[in-house]
Amino acid sequence: MNVRILVRLKPGVLDPQGRAVHHALEGLGFDSVEDVRIGRMIDMDVADGTSDEALTTMCEKLLANMVIEDFTIEKLDSEKEPA
Amino acid sequence: MAFRAGVITFPGSNCDRDMAVALEAVSGEPAIRIWHGDATLPDNLDLLALPGGFSYGDYLRSGAMAAKSPIMRAVVDAAKRGMPVLGVCNGFQVLTESGLLPGALMRNSGQTFVCRTVPLKVENTSSLFTQGFEQGETLRIPVAHHDGNYFADETTLDTLEGEGLVAFRYGEPVNGSRRDIAGILSANGRVLGMMPHPERAISPAAHPSMGGAHGRRLFENVIGALVDA
Repeated sequence: MNVRILVRLKPGVLDPQGRAVHHALEGLGFDSVEDVRIGRMIDMDVADGTSDEALTTMCEKLLANMVIEDFTIEKLDSEKEPA
Repeated sequence: MAFRAGVITFPGSNCDRDMAVALEAVSGEPAIRIWHGDATLPDNLDLLALPGGFSYGDYLRSGAMAAKSPIMRAVVDAAKRGMPVLGVCNGFQVLTESGLLPGALMRNSGQTFVCRTVPLKVENTSSLFTQGFEQGETLRIPVAHHDGNYFADETTLDTLEGEGLVAFRYGEPVNGSRRDIAGILSANGRVLGMMPHPERAISPAAHPSMGGAHGRRLFENVIGALVDA
């Protein structure tokens, strides 16, 4: 089973990387950009039947830092299998 | 009994030798080197030090992988029983990632690696590590980090301040840390995490730009307190 975890900074936590990228986009003339937030995508191949609970625990214990980050877990069907 | 300090080395630690040298210079006793893959700590340690560096190449987040290494389970258990622990730079990141200290260390607000000697204001003078300092005095200690931007929510920050657990504050803007926090103590005052490197400022012969010997006093404080105890 393919699982895609998205880890993002919580709303309200300043994202210096996002801000720098936003600034660089503006410098390239893309002045329609209103905000940029940078996160992390983690694709995992896990055994079929791995419980949602186990996936959540993986995120809480290691993949995300719950002080500053939120996460979402998406189970990918075979057509959307990551390359 | 002879003073026994342990210094933990993770893959990618690079200040572990400096930390051992500082502890040995002040205590006169050899520091015990501990490998991250060990599951147990040597017996009868008086102090544990988590050094600076880039453990596991800062993969995932600074300190995240090291915080889950076998030795850290033993460190967390020991700290909960009152073992004094000093975490410097990457060591501070490992302490927050392992939950021994609150908050997190994020990318510097200026996006750049910061490597210079900074003024450090002493905020706490009652812990093992800070008892020999004077309230409000300014030390000069080098920093060298990319992820030193201390973050915690307002409630946590208020608790830290209210309970006197902010050990050091930067005396000038360095990395965007909330409330200029450079170092914090655990609730029992026996775990200190700080981004600046006291082990790089232990010799009066060091160039004044490197802080001279201001860092040495921190080791004198903690070793003195533990030897007298």
